[in-house]
Amino acid sequence: MFSFCAEPDILEGLQWVTCYLTTGKHFAFYASFGTVMLLLAVTAPVALLFGFGGATAARSTIAPLRWFGKGYTAIVRGIPDIAFFMFFVIALDQAFEFVRHKVLCPEWTDPIRQGNDFVVCSAAKLPLSSSPQWMHETYGFMLAVLTFAIVFGAFAANVLYGGMGAVPRGQLETAEAYGMSRRQTFWRILVPQMWIYALPGLSNLWMILIKATPLLFLLGVEDIVYWARELGGSKTQVFSYPHPDWRLYYFLGLLVFYLSLTKVSEIVLSNLTDKLSKGQATMGGESQRKAVAS
Amino acid sequence: MKKIIMSVAILAMSSSFALADTIRMGTEGAYPPYNFINDAGEVDGFERELGDELCKRAELTCEWVTNEWDSIIPNLVSGNYDTIIAGMSITDERDEVIDFTQNYTPPSPSIYVAASADVDVTTGIIAAQTSTIQSGHVASSGATLVEFATPDETLAAVKNGEADAVLADVDFLRPVAEESNGELVIVGEPVFLGGGVGLGVRESDNELRDKFDAAIQSMKDDGTLNTMITKWFGADAYTF
Repeated sequence: MFSFCAEPDILEGLQWVTCYLTTGKHFAFYASFGTVMLLLAVTAPVALLFGFGGATAARSTIAPLRWFGKGYTAIVRGIPDIAFFMFFVIALDQAFEFVRHKVLCPEWTDPIRQGNDFVVCSAAKLPLSSSPQWMHETYGFMLAVLTFAIVFGAFAANVLYGGMGAVPRGQLETAEAYGMSRRQTFWRILVPQMWIYALPGLSNLWMILIKATPLLFLLGVEDIVYWARELGGSKTQVFSYPHPDWRLYYFLGLLVFYLSLTKVSEIVLSNLTDKLSKGQATMGGESQRKAVAS
Repeated sequence: MKKIIMSVAILAMSSSFALADTIRMGTEGAYPPYNFINDAGEVDGFERELGDELCKRAELTCEWVTNEWDSIIPNLVSGNYDTIIAGMSITDERDEVIDFTQNYTPPSPSIYVAASADVDVTTGIIAAQTSTIQSGHVASSGATLVEFATPDETLAAVKNGEADAVLADVDFLRPVAEESNGELVIVGEPVFLGGGVGLGVRESDNELRDKFDAAIQSMKDDGTLNTMITKWFGADAYTF
């Protein structure tokens, strides 16, 4: 990056540190913070959507839909995350390629499963072997988002299901008494009020999601923990910047990052709790009323 | 989400069908000097240089990807890349799942490295990387095996006393021991494991295996492979 970095062997002190911290590898490390933030920003709303769908399905009066909702939460919540991330993603990827293979290469007669191998025609590869590396990385990232969303969606579905069940029955009865249909009751009375009951559970999930992002590397996405381990590990003379095991310092950096992220989240979530408590028949809502009255 | 999947599908389907033979080379990137991520963030090392040369000789366009060691075989058979070039020794167990080209390094010994010279490697606690020939050897040698996901962690375990010694390829451990200022020493007798390092390919991919086989043979014949081995592993490395 800097001109004096051309020969790392003769550098010393501050110059060495400057050059060391501006290597291409370090920039990949800095960029991976963006990857993690992007993953959180995309996954959280998608998982919430999956959760809302799952919870709504689980409450449905149509039996198959109800079975689907309950089955989704029960199955996904029961499978260990790591197993899910190791095998589900490969299976999902193969499912996409299988469909593309059937559509794009109908003339292909060889079996797709040959012993251990999964072989599709080269036009069905996703992404194509010839596509640039960033497409492979983007595809991997999107598989990661989808997998995270499915896993966390199942937990969110259970939380929202509980939240829906916690809205006082009197509220719904009143809505019915006013002549609202089931659909109107759901959207106008139940959904706006359930959030305060679901929020503690959802905030838990958010915190767990933040901590679960290192699972990204299982999916081939190089995240901050991967780079910290890679950069911090001891480096022999083969490398331009040899150094002993510095993982402690890198992980301390990550500690600060994760703690600040959770701190900011806590502040935002507590503000949200205040907002949602307004006018609710909960302890929070009650104390707000009293504070106004006094 | 649906929209994203759809747009990916459409993007992928509409992309051109110019299918140049791009071979994706899968490696670990954490086993210097075989393969590692250099300071520019690219795959580097003996296998990078070797792989690029092999691709040139086989007239293939190659692209490098890294994958975690644990899932390196499942991702190969699933088709996420086309070869494993990651210091993987040829063993019978692996040969049942994937195919190997002929070896491109001769069977080289694995050595024990410990923090003190008086460690008994047959009874102590020995660290090794998960699913390697070394971990298999330790498990059957009577010593207590502790496994780690990356080579670097096995070394850290020895340094902080969690394990008495680490067993790994001599090419990986020797520079580490030499540069440790006496903190780590080579102990015990070297053990010979596996049939050398080869390129892993899918069992159904005979055509690719034959191409790489021919390229490796041509490098063995004209001596360039030996030069490359000496360059990366030192003058006293085993050659063909």
